[in-house]
Amino acid sequence: MNSFNLTWIDYSIILIYFSFVLGIGWALKKYMKNASAFLEAGRSLPAWVTGLAFISANLGALEVIGMAASGAKYGLATVHFYWIGAIPAMIFLAIFMMPFYYGSKARSVPEYLKLRFDEKTRGFNAFSFAVMTIFASGISMYALALLMETLLGWNFHMSLLISASIVLVYTYLGGLSSAIYNEVLQFFLIVIGFLPLVIIGMMKVGGWEGMVDKLEMNVMSQGFQHSWKTISPEHPMGSWMGIFFGLGFVLAFGYWCTNFLVVQRAMAAGSMSAARKTPLIGALPKMFLPFLVILPGMIAIALLNSGDEAFTLPLKGTGYDYDLVIPMLLKRFLPTGVLGLGLTALMASFMSGMAGNVTAFNTVWTYDIYQSYIVPGKSDKHYLRVGQITTIVGVAVSILTAYVAKQFNNVMDFLQLIFAFINAPLFAAFLMGMFNKRTTGHGAFFGLLSGTSCAALVHGFTQPAGATSLVKGGWTGTVLHTFPSEMAQNFWIAIVAFSIALIATIIISLLTKRRKTDEELVGLVYSLTPKVVDDSKYWYQKPVVWAIGVGAITIILSIIYW
Amino acid sequence: MGLDIKLPIGAMFTIFGILLTVFGLSTGDNEMYEASLNININLWSGISMLIFGIAMLFAAYKTRKKDS
Repeated sequence: MNSFNLTWIDYSIILIYFSFVLGIGWALKKYMKNASAFLEAGRSLPAWVTGLAFISANLGALEVIGMAASGAKYGLATVHFYWIGAIPAMIFLAIFMMPFYYGSKARSVPEYLKLRFDEKTRGFNAFSFAVMTIFASGISMYALALLMETLLGWNFHMSLLISASIVLVYTYLGGLSSAIYNEVLQFFLIVIGFLPLVIIGMMKVGGWEGMVDKLEMNVMSQGFQHSWKTISPEHPMGSWMGIFFGLGFVLAFGYWCTNFLVVQRAMAAGSMSAARKTPLIGALPKMFLPFLVILPGMIAIALLNSGDEAFTLPLKGTGYDYDLVIPMLLKRFLPTGVLGLGLTALMASFMSGMAGNVTAFNTVWTYDIYQSYIVPGKSDKHYLRVGQITTIVGVAVSILTAYVAKQFNNVMDFLQLIFAFINAPLFAAFLMGMFNKRTTGHGAFFGLLSGTSCAALVHGFTQPAGATSLVKGGWTGTVLHTFPSEMAQNFWIAIVAFSIALIATIIISLLTKRRKTDEELVGLVYSLTPKVVDDSKYWYQKPVVWAIGVGAITIILSIIYW
Repeated sequence: MGLDIKLPIGAMFTIFGILLTVFGLSTGDNEMYEASLNININLWSGISMLIFGIAMLFAAYKTRKKDS
């Protein structure tokens, strides 16, 4: 593949962006006087800032590249990752869970588990989360450096080092606030940078109608314009049941409601009302993001179907390399100038993914591992220093994991799999913990363990169609069921893991003694906590009103693009 | 946290806006716009970013005035 032709104007845009990112870190340096300012942004940020950071932290490498790829492979059905797979979970987090996270004064998700359950549940969550975030950050770095190497012919090691250093400098200087402020900047850059691509691409294929006509030209892409209509047990996304319960309930709630990476953004808000509005403000742009990230994939297929000579998609194995949809569209449509802007947006998405993981790792490591198990009872200054050093160590370990990813592709698949096994049961523990005071620490911990092991077992006895490696499933040697795709398999593994975890938590809780008294659980469990009184001045500022509005727009969008 | 993020966002997009508007004007009939369906996309993006950038700077100015 011949690379992009960049000129001085593209390089200027990239350099200006870098200097602003570093400048924000520099400007925040003087506020980093204590551990709370560095690791929790001093709990002082306005709701619109944390709201945009909330979705921007998730709008990393995998999102932009992966959703465009998925749009090219499965069409508009990919929106299920947004409209059913994110919005309901974000509403639930805002209305029902945020009062406990924010109100309990816990500084992290693992710390909430410690307050509500016990030490071992916190330890399990803290360690698995720390490993997961550091690997996620490494994967982001690896993907960015690989892309720069393929597209621009830049040296892999240099790209890796430069992007890692920039993230390191701005998170070291300004901590979580710096990461959050930069995520807001990156959010606008990603939207503004990709918009010209989508607009010109849509004009080229003849608008929505024209695109549908071109998609219908090929059997493979027929029905790509529908989100729900084509769903059946044979569809790669799986059945209605798999999408509703597997993706929409277990996986979505497990991610958006318990993953500290995103929850941390809401916890940095300045008030309870702002913390509850954070996911709702994020939900508003979130439901329109498919038009920015999924549509390019569909445009690419429409172009291929209609034989556009200037557009090619490189091959990989027996099919197209769908991960290159966005880069190849940038190359096809954008002249120098906006091309630099688009590339900068792409880099910004990788960096926000990296920085988000580094700052979340920082907080969990410093508070939940270092302060809890290694060196407790030191001064605040000491933990501030540890937080800063952890930033350096975190980035350094991420670089190492990036090289691990480069060496062993399967190692990455394998790790992601293990984390998927851990995440689905986690939501069961939270649900039971927050809404039932009878749930015990033993119940939650062994519920988690049994859910995770059952997930591994289901994975061992099933396979996606066309599986070639044991990482994809069937490692027991006996395959009892074959799913139409890896996605459908994931949805069902999540359903099983969640149900088993839920049942096990209930049974073990009933069999074990409650250790925490009602007084200790005030602010942590629904029935023992006074209802939050929202202090918003006007009705349209209330989280509940926002939640209804966001839900209504999502339903309308689903009907329009049925 | 003492920094108003609207300020750097406004400043960055104003700079991008000026840069691309000027570049778009100076390359008005360049053949490179064949790729973008003969639309001077640099000029249009530049103008949009300039408007967004100035609006953000104005909002930051309003916030500062209110706080002091």
